[in-house]
Amino acid sequence: MLEIKNLVAEIEGKRILDGLSLTVHDGETAAIMGPNGSGKSTLSYIIAGKEDYEILDGEILLDGENILEMEASERAAAGVFLAFQYPLEIPGVATMTFLKAALNAQRRAREETELTTPEFMKAVQDAAAKLEIPRDMLKRALNVGFSGGEKKRMEILQMALLQPRMCILDETDSGLDIDALRIVSEGVNALKSDKRSFLVITHYQRLLNYIVPDTVHVMANGKIMRSGGKELAEELEANGYADYKAQEAA
Amino acid sequence: MPAVQETIDRVKAIDVDQYKYGFETILEVDKAPKGLSEDIIRFISAKKGEPSWMLDWRLDAYKRWQTMKEPNWARGSYDVIDYNDIYYYAAPKLNAAPKSLDEVDPEILKAYEKLGIPLREQEVLAGVEPANRVAVDAVFDSVSVATTFKKELAEAGVIFCSISEAIREHPELVRKYLGTVVPVTDNFFATLNAAVFTDGTFVYVPKGVRCPMELSTYFRINEKNTGQFERTLIIADEGSYVSYLEGCTAPQRDENQLHAAVVELIALDDAEIKYSTVQNWYPGDANGKGGIYNFVTKRGDCRGKNSIITWTQVETGSAITWKYPSCILRGDGSRGEFYSIAVSNGMQQVDSGTKMIHLGKNTTSRIISKGISAGRSENTYRGLVSAHRKASGARNFTNCDSLLIGDQCGAHTVPYIESKNASAVFEHEATTSKISEDQLFYCMQRGLDEEEATALIVNGFVKDVIQKLPMEFAVEAQKLIAISLEGSVG
Repeated sequence: MLEIKNLVAEIEGKRILDGLSLTVHDGETAAIMGPNGSGKSTLSYIIAGKEDYEILDGEILLDGENILEMEASERAAAGVFLAFQYPLEIPGVATMTFLKAALNAQRRAREETELTTPEFMKAVQDAAAKLEIPRDMLKRALNVGFSGGEKKRMEILQMALLQPRMCILDETDSGLDIDALRIVSEGVNALKSDKRSFLVITHYQRLLNYIVPDTVHVMANGKIMRSGGKELAEELEANGYADYKAQEAA
Repeated sequence: MPAVQETIDRVKAIDVDQYKYGFETILEVDKAPKGLSEDIIRFISAKKGEPSWMLDWRLDAYKRWQTMKEPNWARGSYDVIDYNDIYYYAAPKLNAAPKSLDEVDPEILKAYEKLGIPLREQEVLAGVEPANRVAVDAVFDSVSVATTFKKELAEAGVIFCSISEAIREHPELVRKYLGTVVPVTDNFFATLNAAVFTDGTFVYVPKGVRCPMELSTYFRINEKNTGQFERTLIIADEGSYVSYLEGCTAPQRDENQLHAAVVELIALDDAEIKYSTVQNWYPGDANGKGGIYNFVTKRGDCRGKNSIITWTQVETGSAITWKYPSCILRGDGSRGEFYSIAVSNGMQQVDSGTKMIHLGKNTTSRIISKGISAGRSENTYRGLVSAHRKASGARNFTNCDSLLIGDQCGAHTVPYIESKNASAVFEHEATTSKISEDQLFYCMQRGLDEEEATALIVNGFVKDVIQKLPMEFAVEAQKLIAISLEGSVG
């Protein structure tokens, strides 16, 4: 279970999160929607442990443990996964190499045995097949020269391989055509389980037709303005974010 | 991939002191008095039992050196070197030249074992397929202490021995080739080397012979205040092939030590020489105290038609490196290659690169240079590509990439291109990039800690060059790079 309590964060003196609270239960898929600049991506970075932000108040608990003191790599080993909106390129590092280094680093951190090469190969190839990722892509340098859709599929492949308990998807639908959106969503849906939670960040309701949320939260001005069921997403799609922006002005 | 993992493990295992070769071996030593004079040169020559032509050559070089000035055009600064405050000859005391490893001082063997070069085991492993083995020549301060696999190499007709031995045993070859690639008066340090060189390796591969194993020399400076002036001469006769690797380390000392080597390669018609270096001299501490001054002249002569010389270097050590392994592409259709990884951290200064001198027709060259700067270091690539009037059809491709870690280091690229033939085609590409915070965060989000993430990104950056190294050294080189960058992030 992820609990964010009264989180206040700034970057270079500018307040981005302003007393945000949010709970995502085990097995729950929560969606966060909101206008540009509402702090959605920042929230995902802060949960994952990016260091650029100053946390002024509040806490983030993963199964009761405050993760704010942990390094990004420790949070990853604890089960936090962020599917990036813009995945980074790592020139010269074969995707396979990267995946194995990441997986084994996490297993070591959890004091589990590392996978043997055949076990690892099988795990990757099974996951890749489901996401329609061709084998030769796994030999290429990670994300280098990948299309937008390929990069997003690679993020989901990593998620499938690393088996995190808290999956954050930051604008995973951006830059995807309809076929890629279907493949990626199916990949995500296949990972849903009682023990795994998802936090899906998106501008548009479209993605939520594929990855159906249990709860929807509207974020603006660095906090959650409203929460509801999946019908809230449809309402937003119809009315836009004008109401929430107006509140800001008031 | 195992290499990356090992790199990471190795980095983790390292304590505060990152230079693991900083130990000193206590030995009884035979030393010449400090300083440089004709007498010292006569002393060295006599110690080596050299013929008079060799002594004359040295004395001539010394006379010329006295009229020369130390060059200062490289990007780098260091304290004035007092050439009379250096020991020019230091040798572990040996009763007689060792006939086999059993006669070598066990302390020396121990030292090499610590360095990861178990000479003894190498001999024991004689049952293994020859192609998987490496013959080693070990040079301790001023003398070669052991050469392995001599007998088997001799059966193939390959001569692999110390240069001192070659001067005594194969004078006709040495006289024919010594100083023909790097002339005695080539430059200040090369001339000094010609006067005082103490040992080094000699390789001759006869016509049509493919050397049955990798050859390797391990250089170790052990004694205090001692300069190491080794001289290596490799000749690949027509249609032959040899792959050679040198490694270097030194104890950790507060004072600077001078290393001024000369390496000459000669490839005759259709011959190929691969020369790889993993240079890990003591780099000095984080504040720039101590470390080796590495002023080296390395040059290969593609003397015959269709000959090939490839230089591959991984440079992680030394306080200052001044080094430009070059190729003279004399034979028509000859080819020169230079693959380099130069890592600088702390207060290290690197000024390295290559020269590709196209003289023959249809000669080609390729330069891939990867510079990685961290800490407060300065890392310069300096290269020359030139085509002579008669070098029609000359082609060169150069790619220089620099990677910066942190914001207090510098990377510089100084390419010189000269073409006197209109048909020459030279291409030059250069990039400078920084390991971005975003890349690090991305890797860390996947579970790698900061050191692991940096090692991974750096390994990706140098991959093109690592692939050019012989397999067993590629793994070693990756580890070394990670170790050298230890402490450069965060």
